[in-house]
Amino acid sequence: MSSGSPIRVLPTPPRVVVPLRQHIGAPPEPVAGPKTLVSFGQKLGECRAFVSAPVHSPLSGTVERHTTLTLPTGIRTVAVPVSASGDNLSGRALLDEILGGDWDYERIKDVDPDEIAARVQDAGIVGLGGATFPTHVKLISAREKGVELLIVNGCECEPYLTADHRMMLEAARAVLCGALLAARACGGAGIAVAVEDNKLDAVRALEREAAGTGIRVVTVKTKYPMGGERELVPAVTGRLIPSGGLPLDVGVVVINVGTAAAIARAVLRGGALTHRVVTVTGAVHQPGNLLAPIGAACRDLLDFCGGIKPDAARIVAGGPMMGFALADLDTPLTKGTSGLVVLRREDVEREAETECIRCARCVDVCPTGLVPTKIALAARNELWDRAEKLHASDCIECGCCAYVCPARIPLVQLIKVAKARLAEIRRTAAERP
Amino acid sequence: MNNAPGKENTPLAQAPTLSVGPSPHMVSRDLSTRRMMADVIIALLPVIVVSFYIFRWFAIYHLLLAVITCVSVEALSMRLLRRPPTIQDGSAVVTGLIFALSLPGTAPWYVNLIGAAAGIFLGKVVFGGLGQNIFNPAMVGRAFVMIAFPAAMGASGYVSQSTGVDILTSATPLTALKQMGQGTSLMHLLMGDTNGSLGETSALACLVGGFYLCARGTASWRIPAGVLLAVTIISSAAYLIHPTPHWTPLHHLSAGALLLGAFFIATDPVTSPVTRKGRWTFGIGIGTLVMLIRYLSGYPEGVMFSVLLMNSAAPLVDRLTVPLPLGGSPGKRKP
Ligand code: SF4
Ligand code: SF4
Repeated sequence: MSSGSPIRVLPTPPRVVVPLRQHIGAPPEPVAGPKTLVSFGQKLGECRAFVSAPVHSPLSGTVERHTTLTLPTGIRTVAVPVSASGDNLSGRALLDEILGGDWDYERIKDVDPDEIAARVQDAGIVGLGGATFPTHVKLISAREKGVELLIVNGCECEPYLTADHRMMLEAARAVLCGALLAARACGGAGIAVAVEDNKLDAVRALEREAAGTGIRVVTVKTKYPMGGERELVPAVTGRLIPSGGLPLDVGVVVINVGTAAAIARAVLRGGALTHRVVTVTGAVHQPGNLLAPIGAACRDLLDFCGGIKPDAARIVAGGPMMGFALADLDTPLTKGTSGLVVLRREDVEREAETECIRCARCVDVCPTGLVPTKIALAARNELWDRAEKLHASDCIECGCCAYVCPARIPLVQLIKVAKARLAEIRRTAAERP
Repeated sequence: MNNAPGKENTPLAQAPTLSVGPSPHMVSRDLSTRRMMADVIIALLPVIVVSFYIFRWFAIYHLLLAVITCVSVEALSMRLLRRPPTIQDGSAVVTGLIFALSLPGTAPWYVNLIGAAAGIFLGKVVFGGLGQNIFNPAMVGRAFVMIAFPAAMGASGYVSQSTGVDILTSATPLTALKQMGQGTSLMHLLMGDTNGSLGETSALACLVGGFYLCARGTASWRIPAGVLLAVTIISSAAYLIHPTPHWTPLHHLSAGALLLGAFFIATDPVTSPVTRKGRWTFGIGIGTLVMLIRYLSGYPEGVMFSVLLMNSAAPLVDRLTVPLPLGGSPGKRKP
């Protein structure tokens, strides 16, 4: 729906509210108190832990009193409001600063590989595909373990989202620069950009820019959840990630295209991660892809897209399969928000749940090869060792099973409960001497 | 929640009420329990049409009686148990149709009535309703009347095609084989102008409906594939050892309730396993049991018993065939 619309820049909002804890790992400490004047890209939150990332101001302006809020993911965090001053970059200038302009491959050779991870951490870069895992941790462990291949994930993580697609079309060079830098940081891995076969224009754009760099552009089948690492790595390399393992275990590291572009900007231009591209789609009047400051209210993005249509019934941060429903339109955009999908009443309406008729559609569709119906049953009856035997912890929460279930059983929720419970059991078992 | 308080001039001011809920936020529209049951009924149409043609009013009245009985018994039981009504899911209609199609045309009305009621009540309601039952309700009903009224369950005749009124008495193809060593031509087995239960006579009708069901994904193709595979292998082996030109493996495949059973009875999702390997196992098990019963027992046909036996094994089969997750290795212990 929005793949044909070029990235537009959201006009600078009068105020942003930047949550400090947006990623997996330790929450950063606030470093800019109320009434401080901050400039574009200045740190608002700093972290001491290794698995964490700082947070920066997307605007020049004045810090207001800190607040606490709950993100749609259920994470509670301190947030720093900043009201904009009059001298912020906007429009074309901002787009050029972040994605556009000249990206020179020559300069990459001069970058000290040991410095890249530190710069990435300092710029607050986390996985922009939605996972929000701090990227420097990935790069450092990749370097320690040694990887052969860096895959740049150009598959949209969910249906309806087009932010990565536009990024590859409009900022292919920035993405490839970031990939070259990331590979350099990992100790010189080969690079493959994986793109779904419904985005051949992106493949062409990337191939044009990749000429002479040794970067391969690989097309993979368009099939949700191809954007997941567990699906993507085998599709590109033929290697299966072992159950409970990471791509690192098969010598691969995966980064998202948005993350790659952010790395390029951090290392070559010294810019922090302050903006991201977000797809706004569904029941809005002008769906599109926006470059928006992290911390902007979802309401600002929806308004800029012409507002929601009268039959809108739910707004989801992320995609329709794994995203989180917004309870408040003032919820700020975070680093992991790849889209805002406005669903209509008929999309979200459900018939009442009925008994499982054991039709096995969930089994046939599960990309991980699980038996969702039985895990859900075990979770309902609180039979945790049964859930363990059914490999509940391997579930990637893609939602495919609940999507096809004719009995409308909340399979994913039940499986998530089982996963959480099993993780807890494992934790207590590990603590016991 | 009601959004946009105090922001009257934004387009969001006229926005509707928004809801929150867990992911996934969309579901596939064309899948629902009702839709699946409707599919089964559509797939049964060729079989029903042939049974109308071969058995005339016997077929019409048995089908009607069984469906009405099944639906009313289910409605009544739910009422008495003070449980929410369940007949709208359509599964009672399917049970009624399949039960009737497994009856001989000459069965008396009370056999139908008692069997259909027993099928729904003993086969489904006492287990807690659709999804909880272990045995295929239609087969439970049939087993019940088979034991209660063995004499009435012999298929003794069908309506003559030439006059449309006269009843031709004859043995079913499998009984003729068992008792007199008589064959039946493949053409008759295919088209269905033989004696037998209402829905089993035409192999062609079962195949057409069965393919539709598998193509829609409503029935798992692995189950009928398993049944047919086992029957083909066993009957071919037997044929090679002891050739019987009047009764080839093809006869075994197309005679009796085999195809009706493989495509419509064994594929009842509730009472079959859910794993891929489990479904193969289930199908192969049924096919093997059918052949054992046909060759070794006093009964000419054994689809019903085979299905019921494998139904009881389904939970075990599921447990033994839990697939390895993507990237999992056998015997791997998680930390
Ligand atoms: S898809 Fe739903 S009804 Fe079918 S087996 Fe799975 S949980 Fe049961
Ligand atoms: S959410 Fe469902 S389909 Fe997806 S991995 Fe988990 S069990 Fe399988």
